[in-house]
Amino acid sequence: MIITDFTPPAGMELVYQRPESLVDVQTHYCPGCTHGVAHRLLAEAIDELDLRERSILVAPVGCSVFAYRYFEVDSCVAAHGRAPAMATGIKRVQPENIVITYQGDGDLASIGIAEIIHAAARGENITTIFINNAIYGMTGGQMAPTTLPGQKTTSSPCGRDVESTGFPLRVCEMLAQLDGAAYIVRRSLHDVKNIRKAKKAIVTALKAQVNGLGFGMVELLSSCPTNWGMSPQQALSWIETNMIPYYSLGEYKVIDAVNALD
Amino acid sequence: MAKEMIKGNEAIAEAAVRVGLEAYFGYPITPQTELLEHLSGRMVELGRVFVQAESEVAVVNMVYGAACAGARVMTSSSSPGFSLMQEGLSYIAGSELPCVVVDVMRGGPGLGNILPSQGDYFQVTRSAGHGDFRPIVLAPASVQEAIDFTVLAFELADKYRHIVIVALDGQVGQMMEPAELPAMGEVARERPDWALTGAKGRPPNVVLSVYLEGEREEAYNLKVQAKLKEIKSAEQRWLEFATEDARLLVIGYGTAGRIAYSAVQAARERGIRVGLLRPQTLWPFPEDRISSLADRMDGCLVIEMNAGQMLEDVRLAVGGQIPVSFYGRMGGIVPMPDEILDAITHECKRLAIHESIERSC
Ligand SMILES: Cc1ncc(C[n+]2csc(CCOP(=O)(O)OP(=O)(O)O)c2C)c(N)n1
Ligand code: SF4
Repeated sequence: MIITDFTPPAGMELVYQRPESLVDVQTHYCPGCTHGVAHRLLAEAIDELDLRERSILVAPVGCSVFAYRYFEVDSCVAAHGRAPAMATGIKRVQPENIVITYQGDGDLASIGIAEIIHAAARGENITTIFINNAIYGMTGGQMAPTTLPGQKTTSSPCGRDVESTGFPLRVCEMLAQLDGAAYIVRRSLHDVKNIRKAKKAIVTALKAQVNGLGFGMVELLSSCPTNWGMSPQQALSWIETNMIPYYSLGEYKVIDAVNALD
Repeated sequence: MAKEMIKGNEAIAEAAVRVGLEAYFGYPITPQTELLEHLSGRMVELGRVFVQAESEVAVVNMVYGAACAGARVMTSSSSPGFSLMQEGLSYIAGSELPCVVVDVMRGGPGLGNILPSQGDYFQVTRSAGHGDFRPIVLAPASVQEAIDFTVLAFELADKYRHIVIVALDGQVGQMMEPAELPAMGEVARERPDWALTGAKGRPPNVVLSVYLEGEREEAYNLKVQAKLKEIKSAEQRWLEFATEDARLLVIGYGTAGRIAYSAVQAARERGIRVGLLRPQTLWPFPEDRISSLADRMDGCLVIEMNAGQMLEDVRLAVGGQIPVSFYGRMGGIVPMPDEILDAITHECKRLAIHESIERSC
C-alpha cells in the first residue's frame, strides 16, 4: 500500500517515496545487496507506465525467490531456471498482461540457459530482469556461470580455474545474436549514475513489451557482499573494477521499433 | 455425432479441442507425435495457443504458466519426454493447478524403442515428480475410451484442481477405430478467481509451491492428502466381464486388458470359470472392488506390458487373501490372446481349479 497520509511540511515537495508497486515490508536481502535496488527500479518503472494492475511477475529460484512478497502485483515462483518458459505459458494465454521474469545468473545462465535462449529466439513478448552477481547467492556462494576467472567462491576455493571450469558466459552478447530479441541491454547498479541508466533501460524494456515488440532483457551487474566477503561499499567498487571490464555495459541490441519509442 | 475412423492420438487431440482446450505445449516424440501435429494445425486455425517448445522441460513449465493464468491447458509426450516433465509436474502439484498430460507409453528403459508398452505405470501412478502427490491417471483401451477419457480428464482436472494423466500404450495411440467425437465447444474465457490475470481492483494473486516453515508446508500437504482421499473414494473406475461365477480373476488395463478380454472370452468358451476386471483409473486404483472380488476368487492373474508394476497394487488390494500371479511382455512386445489363454489355463491348473479345465478338454 502506498503511504498516502504523509503531507510534506509547508514549502516542501514530496520527491521520494515507496513506489505503489512495492509492498510495505522489510525484505530478507542482506544489507548492501543490490537486489533491493533492482526491485525498486522495477517497481518505479511499473508505476511510471501505469502497469501495476496488468503485471504478472515470475520470480526465480535464488535469493529473489521471495520477490513475490515485495511486489504489489500478481506473481508466481518458477522452478529453477524455468521462468522464461513459465512466462511464455502465461503470456500466450494472457497477452494483455505484462509478464516479467526476474532471474539470477545461476537461474538464467546455468540451469535455465536453454529456456532463456529459446524465449528470446521465439521473440516471446516478455521482459527479463537478469541479476548478474557472479555467484550463487542463495546456496551460499558457489561458482556461477558468470563467476570471473580467478574469482574465489565456495566451490572454486582457489579461484575459478578456466582450464577446468571453462569461461564465464556473456549472456547479452549471446542473446543479441537472436532475431527474436528486441532489446538487450547491460547496466550496472554500482553507483547513482548507473542506477539511473538502469532504470531507464527497464522502462524501455517494459515499453517494448507494451508495444508488442518482442523479447527484452536488462542485465544488471549486481553485488553480493555476503558471499563475496566484502563490505557493501567494497562490493560496489568490485563491480566497477572487476565486473565491468569483463561485462561491458551497453546496448547490445535495440531494434528500430524500440528506438522509435522514445 | 456420427462415428468416424480415427487414430487414437488424433482422437485425443481433437477431443481436447472440442472441449475447449485453450493452450497446448508440446515436443515431438514417437509414438505421440500425431497429437502434436494435429494440434499444430487445429489450434492455430481456431486462434488458440500452440507452441512447439525447445524441450519437455520447457513444455511442462509453459503448461505451469498457462495453468497459473487459469487456462484449460494440455501437453502430451511419450516415456522419455514424460521423465523430463517430472520436475514441472511436481511444481504444478505443489501449486494445486489443473492440467491434462497425455503419456503415450513406449518401450524402455532409456531410449528404448517406439513400440507399445506400459512401462511407465510406476512413474505415472507413484513418481510423477518429487514430493507427496499422486496425479489422477486414466488408462484407455480403445480409441473411443481415449476420447471419453480426454473429456473426463479436463472435468476432473478442473473439479479437483489437479493433474490428470491420460496414460495409454502406443498401441491405443497408433491404431485406427471407429469412434465418436464430442460436439465442438468453445474456449471458456472467464478465469477462476485464483488465476494470475493482473491485480486489477483486487489484491494480488500469488501462485507458488514454496512454504519455508515446516508447519505451513505440512498444512499444505495435509490439504492435498485430504483431497487425494476424496478422489480415492469418488473416482475409482473399472469395467468387469464374467466375474459373477469366476474363480480366477484376470486384471489388465489398456491394450493388455483388451487382449486379456479376448483370452477370457476364449477361456469361457472352454468352460473355464474366469472373469476380467479392467481398471480404467490407475490412480485411484479400483482397489475396493478388487478387494471384494478377491473374497470369492481362488486366485488373480495380472496381465501387463511390463515386468509387473500394477501387480503391486493388485497385491495390496488383495491383501494376501488369494495368490496373485503375473504374465507380462516387455520391450514393446504386445502379448497375443493365446499366450494369455495359456497363462490362464496354467494358473487354473496351479490353483487346482480342476473341474472347469477338465470340462473344457
Ligand atoms: C533444480 C534445482 N537445483 C538446484 C537448486 C538449488 N539452488 C537454489 S538457488 C540456487 C542458485 C541461485 O543462484 P542465482 O541464480 O545466481 O541467484 P542469487 O541467489 O545469486 O540471487 C541453487 C543452485 C534448486 N532449488 N533447484
Ligand atoms: S546472499 Fe548475496 S545476493 Fe543473496 S541477499 Fe545476500 S547479498 Fe544479496
